[in-house]
Amino acid sequence: MFKQIAQTAGFTGLLAALLLTLLQSFSVAPLILQAETYEKAPSADMHEHAEGAMAGHVHDAEAWEPEDGWQRVLSTTGGNLVVAVGFALMLAALYTLRSPTSAREGVLWGLAGYAVFVLAPTLGLPPELPGTVAADLTQRQVWWVGTAASTATGLALMVFARHWLLKISGAVILVVPHIVGAPQPAVHSALAPEALEAQFKVASLLTNAVFWIALGWISAWLFRRSEAPATQPGLNPAL
Amino acid sequence: MSISTPRQTSGTSTNTTTAVTATQSQRLVVAVSAMFLGAFLVYFAGFSHIDAVHNAAHDTRHSSAFPCH
Repeated sequence: MFKQIAQTAGFTGLLAALLLTLLQSFSVAPLILQAETYEKAPSADMHEHAEGAMAGHVHDAEAWEPEDGWQRVLSTTGGNLVVAVGFALMLAALYTLRSPTSAREGVLWGLAGYAVFVLAPTLGLPPELPGTVAADLTQRQVWWVGTAASTATGLALMVFARHWLLKISGAVILVVPHIVGAPQPAVHSALAPEALEAQFKVASLLTNAVFWIALGWISAWLFRRSEAPATQPGLNPAL
Repeated sequence: MSISTPRQTSGTSTNTTTAVTATQSQRLVVAVSAMFLGAFLVYFAGFSHIDAVHNAAHDTRHSSAFPCH
């Protein structure tokens, strides 16, 4: 059983991460690079903004950073791989509790993952280009994780609960983080032009949609494939 | 995984029942562990405050709409 989860998550993560890297290199990556040109540009235009009003993209000078080019693509691929395997592990774990009846059912799981990890959090914290002023990082991360958790719980109750009262409480749990509201900065501002930000939001949402649909579909397909031999007589399905 | 049973004739059905019961609880333990491991991986690449990890997975974080800076 563990092998089945590991195999499904490993291969799904690998394929989905490669697809994500490919999609990113056409969609979001050029926009990130373009936004960084505004960050790295010398601040020749001395506005009357107070010092530090623009929370720039401050990286620790001592920390390692991939160089633009193949190093950056490779390290992003690595990041994508870790994240994709992580999400695929969650999906495969769910499949062991509720086996998908077809690969198409995996697409539904993928869409649920998209709702939980992308749509719900981006309602409060939209995808941002480097150089965008935002609230405190830890506060935003806490809200993000809380929103993902409550969306997952809410959706699960709405879809799987039998009693109408539980379904309604699922809807309430789903909405709560948005009533509380995401942490917002005192002043909204960004270095990159608004049009670029808007383009990035669309590119990020679309890229993630394709990624999640692929993740759901591939994981369910692989999980079902590796499930088949375990049901053969003589083999112990427990391990 | 073999479970020794004293009676050979009814041994097979006892084994199967034990295995199925074990599978149900094992299934839950394995699923929860895998879920946690998955969440840890996403946390590590997407949310870790270690500078080198942030820089390496920088574009992944922005692209996935994780809070980054």
